[in-house]
Amino acid sequence: MNDIKRRDPRSEWILRNRLHPEHSTYALTHATGIMSEWIGPTGVKRKNPHLVGFIGPSGLRRIDRSGLQSSQQTSVKVQVDIDSRRFIQINAPSDYIVVVPELPGGRFSAQDKDLFGLAQQLASKHSETTAVLGVILSPLKDTALGEIGMDRVYFADASEFSDYDPEAHLQQLTAIEREFNPLYWLFPEQTSISADLGRRLSVKLKVRATSNVWQLDLDTLIATCRASGGTSDLYRPVSRVILALAECAEPVSDTRHEAKPIDQAINAVDVIKRIRNLGAVSVDPAKVALSEAEFILSGGKGIANWDAFHELARRLGATEGASRVAVDDGHMPRDRQVGATGTWVTARVYLAIGISGAIQHLQGIQACDKVIAINTDPGCDMIKRADLAVIVDSSELIQSMLDQLQQRQEEVQNVA
Amino acid sequence: MSRNLARLHSSDEVSVTVLVSIGKHPVTGRLRRADQDARALEMALGLSDSEPRVIYAGPLNDSTEPALRGYLGMGVSELKVLRQSEQNDIVPALSGFLDNSPSSLILCGSRAELGESSGLVPYQLADALGYTLVSNVAVIEEVTATLAVVLQALPRGQRRRIEVVLPAILAVDTASPVARQVAYAKASRGFINCVVTDAAEDDATEQWHYQPARKRPKRLKIIKATSARDRFKAAAAKAEGTGGQVLTSVSAEEGAVAILKVLKEEGVLKT
Repeated sequence: MNDIKRRDPRSEWILRNRLHPEHSTYALTHATGIMSEWIGPTGVKRKNPHLVGFIGPSGLRRIDRSGLQSSQQTSVKVQVDIDSRRFIQINAPSDYIVVVPELPGGRFSAQDKDLFGLAQQLASKHSETTAVLGVILSPLKDTALGEIGMDRVYFADASEFSDYDPEAHLQQLTAIEREFNPLYWLFPEQTSISADLGRRLSVKLKVRATSNVWQLDLDTLIATCRASGGTSDLYRPVSRVILALAECAEPVSDTRHEAKPIDQAINAVDVIKRIRNLGAVSVDPAKVALSEAEFILSGGKGIANWDAFHELARRLGATEGASRVAVDDGHMPRDRQVGATGTWVTARVYLAIGISGAIQHLQGIQACDKVIAINTDPGCDMIKRADLAVIVDSSELIQSMLDQLQQRQEEVQNVA
Repeated sequence: MSRNLARLHSSDEVSVTVLVSIGKHPVTGRLRRADQDARALEMALGLSDSEPRVIYAGPLNDSTEPALRGYLGMGVSELKVLRQSEQNDIVPALSGFLDNSPSSLILCGSRAELGESSGLVPYQLADALGYTLVSNVAVIEEVTATLAVVLQALPRGQRRRIEVVLPAILAVDTASPVARQVAYAKASRGFINCVVTDAAEDDATEQWHYQPARKRPKRLKIIKATSARDRFKAAAAKAEGTGGQVLTSVSAEEGAVAILKVLKEEGVLKT
């Protein structure tokens, strides 16, 4: 073979043309240099075993299937996987299904995601051009809107109203009703803002809301609702306003959606406000039940100075929790124990100091969103679970946090 | 009683009405006073020395009367009954009655324990009467002739203070103080007065049917694995790193700054 490099215009053209059916195969080959795997004509992934693996010490070719192969190859593969989710784009929606998520803490809850799943199921049952419209009434931290299942999204101008302003929110929703005349309105049930709004809207629209829905038959449109205070099931035809419980449907997982913001102005009518929000009331965090506390500061064996720990909890405004060891040693009462043998917590933020993370403890914090761990052992299970881990001595860190909180407080006082 | 959290200003004439319903014990199924309605009555009894007006709309017969007497046993001498059959919609009757004899503060439970228990009645009443509505009320702090200040129960044990213009309907949450016990003598001594009102048939319920609650199926963990290796990994899953940030070899100060920054971003740090 001669060693003159020859151009392959066809493969270059396929590499440029991302819509070509063989593009992903050529991109893989191009990235790795060799064509070890490609998607066959029927969509099945084919592999050339002669091109993968390495020559082992005995002179035989070995293929490592544990996924620990070169990082370059895996990164290309991940890209191909993401593209396998179907992308759905609706250019001119004929109908709308509106979802008003609760957004606790500015993020989509699991129930919100279930609701978008239900909305997408209803939309695909109705017609191909039915779009799911998400109405965001409060500031949002999440960014992956399309993956949750929104075809369109409407951001209300949150600067105009406070976090609880049902009269102004209701005006926004009635303006949307006028503009889009949606097929269905979906609200998460048993939430503090959205469920209230849903009931207000249903009364305003003179529609009898279908409340406490936990199952919906898409063929007959018969909803199963928890009635009689949870002791019976009510089967009824679904109405336009649906208040659905958690796990009413599977969340969207195998499609991606456009999440295009609605740019047309929606003019809500001003209303004379008769409800005034005077803001959150500070609740003694020590009195909040551990299972429903929002922010937990939890201590374990690694804490040397418990007085500083209690002081930190007080300054942070966190509910105190403890690991089993700390309770057994008598540093904390039994009702503060977190874990499978204690309390299963649902905190949004869980700050664990000096806890190595026994499996029972990790089970107990399964539902926590954000876990921050402080430990001296970088190999412990808690560090693996944590979203942010700091490998440092706990007593120094507690002292440092106390100092910085003190400093902040003084700054605030000086400004004031 | 010591739990009288708010008192009416003595000069103000704020009339308080409590709407009650029949409850059902979740385990035994026995009819009783509804938990949230009893809490609402408890709140009203704490507001002033004058007695609140207590109204019930619904069927009155031998099985419901002992349950209704539970409210009388809390210390009210009279219970007004707007007699309706079980198929009737109680909202027109209630709104008609309250329109004729208005009250500036109406308290009721959030959800009924029998029937649809949709929690819509306070909303429909507020719409029909033109009252302001606040849901999930935990505490009434202050009531004047034109305003009420209440605490609203939020998830996770939090509270929010709300000022509401009267007349208003307050739907009481389970987070409010527990109702007092029923005194049997007072319960048997109290009067149940029937008031004649119109009855409106509830047409929507014709296609409905009830069944004892089915246990909700547990959600299965769906594994969308394309290869055998992924399926094996999912089946033999162990607590694995979720790709969190690990700060090694940092000083305590730097660590504290990073943690406080995350807490601030999450909005749990108030200062």
